[in-house]
Amino acid sequence: MSENGDATVSEVKLSAKDFASDQDVRWCPGCGDYAVLAAMRKALPRLGHKKEDYVFVSGIGCAARFPYYMDTYGMHTIHGRSLAVATGIKISNPDLKVVVVSGDGDLLSIGASHTFHAMRRNVDLTIVLLNNRIYGLTKGQYSPTSEYGKITATTPEGSLDYPVNPVSFAAAAGCTFIARAIDVDQPGLDEVLRRAIEHKGTSFVEVYQDCNIFNHGAWFYASQKDSRAETTVQLRHGEPLVYGKDRDRGILFRNGRPIKVTVEGGASASDLVTHDETDRSRVHVYSQMSHPDFPEVMGVLYANPERRTYDAMVDEQVRNAEVEDREAELRRLMKGSESWEVHETVDGPS
Amino acid sequence: MTTTPVAEHAAHPTTIDSVVIRFCGDSGDGMQLTGSQFTETAAVFGNDFATFPDYPAEIRAPKGTTYGVSGFQVHFSSRDIHTHGDDVNVLVAMNPAGFRTNIRDVHPGGIVIVNEDEFTASQLKKCGYPDGYNPLQDDDLLARYEILPIPMSRLTRESLADSEMGAKAIDRCRNMYALGMVYWMYDRPLDPTIAHLNRKFGGAKGKPEIAEINIRALKAGYYFGETAEVFPAKMRVPPAKLEAGTYRRISGSEAMVLGLVTAGHKAGKRIVYASYPITPASNIIQGLANLKRLGAKTFQAEDEIAAVCAAIGASYAGNIGVTGTSGPGLALKAEALGLAVMFELPLVVIDVQRAGPSTGMPTKTEQADLMMAMHGRSGECPCIVLAPRSPGDCFGMAVEAVRLAVRQCCPVIVLSDAYVANGAEPWRVPDLDDVPAIEVRHPSRAEVGEDWLRYTRDASTGAPAWVLPGTPGLEHRIGGLEKGEDGNVSYDPDNHDRMTRLRAEKIAKAAEVIPPLEVRGPESGEVLMLGWGGTYGAITTAADALRARGRSVSSAHLRYLNPMPSNTEAVLRSFDRVVVPEINSGQLRMLIRSRFLIDAAGINIVRGRPLNVDTLIERVTELMDGEGGAA
Repeated sequence: MSENGDATVSEVKLSAKDFASDQDVRWCPGCGDYAVLAAMRKALPRLGHKKEDYVFVSGIGCAARFPYYMDTYGMHTIHGRSLAVATGIKISNPDLKVVVVSGDGDLLSIGASHTFHAMRRNVDLTIVLLNNRIYGLTKGQYSPTSEYGKITATTPEGSLDYPVNPVSFAAAAGCTFIARAIDVDQPGLDEVLRRAIEHKGTSFVEVYQDCNIFNHGAWFYASQKDSRAETTVQLRHGEPLVYGKDRDRGILFRNGRPIKVTVEGGASASDLVTHDETDRSRVHVYSQMSHPDFPEVMGVLYANPERRTYDAMVDEQVRNAEVEDREAELRRLMKGSESWEVHETVDGPS
Repeated sequence: MTTTPVAEHAAHPTTIDSVVIRFCGDSGDGMQLTGSQFTETAAVFGNDFATFPDYPAEIRAPKGTTYGVSGFQVHFSSRDIHTHGDDVNVLVAMNPAGFRTNIRDVHPGGIVIVNEDEFTASQLKKCGYPDGYNPLQDDDLLARYEILPIPMSRLTRESLADSEMGAKAIDRCRNMYALGMVYWMYDRPLDPTIAHLNRKFGGAKGKPEIAEINIRALKAGYYFGETAEVFPAKMRVPPAKLEAGTYRRISGSEAMVLGLVTAGHKAGKRIVYASYPITPASNIIQGLANLKRLGAKTFQAEDEIAAVCAAIGASYAGNIGVTGTSGPGLALKAEALGLAVMFELPLVVIDVQRAGPSTGMPTKTEQADLMMAMHGRSGECPCIVLAPRSPGDCFGMAVEAVRLAVRQCCPVIVLSDAYVANGAEPWRVPDLDDVPAIEVRHPSRAEVGEDWLRYTRDASTGAPAWVLPGTPGLEHRIGGLEKGEDGNVSYDPDNHDRMTRLRAEKIAKAAEVIPPLEVRGPESGEVLMLGWGGTYGAITTAADALRARGRSVSSAHLRYLNPMPSNTEAVLRSFDRVVVPEINSGQLRMLIRSRFLIDAAGINIVRGRPLNVDTLIERVTELMDGEGGAA
């Protein structure tokens, strides 16, 4: 591997098949995770990195089985701790391409702290959050992204927890790449996954993922063909926020708040917000645009490749400090600054 | 070595072989600095020594209170010694609170030097003495000890009267004044401390004026001793007769840091040390953070769990992952340790034990994490467990921890403790060439061959190969779920039974490459005092003393607790009785009894302090004479 932090480019042309392990995929038929797995296997060959340089890391949960199905290096760790392990991997070897795939319970409940700290440090890794708004593996308890009032196995009268907004969370933590996609949207997934993995720094992708057993239809408003055009708006850098089946609706910001307008009904296209993915201040506004009051934003919300990565800086500090003759330095250090010599051997310690 | 000119002209001192001095005062009085300077000087002078810093958890507790008292004990000797000493020969008390909390440890007839300026009505009250009582006028105390009241505050101020420094800065030199007096009493050179003060204040801090007033106070204290004739005869403790070699003073934390970087060097690897601040383990990450020049990477994680997980990730990616903590942190790391056992990756976990449970007494020592290290995880989850027996031994045990972790691909828990970590002793600097290389192999596709599976085991070690991500053609998955030999998930009952056994056998196999248990004294007899960890000094000294009195007592110390050396049972069975002194309620004793069905007796004292030699002698004597002992 190279010394400069870039995984080297694969000389062999790889295909999606090359990234599929020999393990049978054991998610429930119809699970949204299949779509993300397929998109990942298709996206990686086109990035051109060697497959042995990828490490997929996960915590616990249905989504966390992801590494078993990728024919790369993979670690299925313990509940909530995938990002702590992943951070250690990057500190140890910054050249590896590390992708963390886990669920909303794993990354935003038991592991929320590690998610926050990895983002604020800007460790060079990718986080794919498969958000199904439920605990699936433990059979249907509410998760930190479940909506208020949700009736689940542990909240028979309705959940009293207000949900966390993953994108707001990432923005608050100072994450340098924030994106969102829906499991059924293969082109959308493909784009954000590729950009996320190529991003230098912590990249975060929230995927709206359907759990067809315990929370079927949680994202139907955004995923179904008949409603999708009205309930989501695809972000493209430099382009106005336009949506709707007839592309006749748009978003403008007034006093920092989003407003829905009909393009023909008064507002001209130039008044609409033009997406600027380098503008961090918008992420919070974007994150507050939620169904049913607003269409929800999809695509790359924010990308800042400028901030240096934690692992590169750790590596740099050490490389700058390292002495050439380690052996001599170690001998000097062992002796210390105040040593003394004992010459005769009499009655030594027995 | 140079000596202070005045020392050479001093009257002929009386020669004695051993002295225990304790400095005590407010936690802001600089007692740790004073004690460590005295130690440094004893080291340079060539004495054997052992230290015991004893300080409160509060950084600056309210001035003058008993709970804000900080102490530093130094035992220095012309003989080979192993402990900081039970009884104090000389107590230096900078205030009434220090006097009150420490006086009972002074040997009858011992010298007590007090700063009488601080023994005011309000200070006496603050530390809880009844109204109108002054211990310096207590006839019982005056009869029992040689109490020397010296107006140290006033004398320090007077000696620096012409200084332009403020009153506060001048008052802060009192500790150096006291140190100067003690240096005179024991005929010590001032040069090492003068050099230290010049380095500490004159160098990077750019405050040579602070160095100057401290040095002047130090000298003034020394001259006071020479001229005032208040002290008993000047005493001399000649250099110890130690094995030839280069020596230095070393604390347990320093030795641990040195051992880790040495092991990294010998393995051709970086040390990646991930840790979360916790008393008394923080000195290790702080030490390593300053050793980037030797390739060490440190990571201050967001919590204890992240620290151990990052260390696991670091090992996975090909460096030596190490995490360090104290008891409460080890409890938090338990689940991740299970993961490392399941992954079968090298990992070193240092637990600097402190008095528990819960927050307990964070700055006080204890040995009560042994059972947690052995068994404190879910499932059948064996780890290698080691315990350094003294500050200097931390070096060797750190190297051993890395060697065994790499060889067996498993977690190694190193049980240090607050006494070992903070204490210091003379250490014979080993030749780097005498530290054996640590063999590390990361096989390639061609080396493992076509039939390779992730958990194919080496016949001699029982461990799988340490395969690194980035190796072409060996892509595989590992996880916390039970796995088959190929690393893939398996719920097969027989496989789980087999894997459980293989993981245990692998740990047991480490016994083939660890040194045998050594006996000090005759190899068979009536009583074997068996210990582990930081009680080595006390147990060894007690057993030696009992033998000198004609008792049939030997001692042995386990530095390898899991697996134990293969001769352990044979050693234990060579004695009529095994006595296990521990700073816990009998944890090693429980292991000995359960493993060997040997009816070991315990001496268990859990006071947050090192064991006393006299107490051990007394208890073992009672036991031998049939007067009881905890069974």
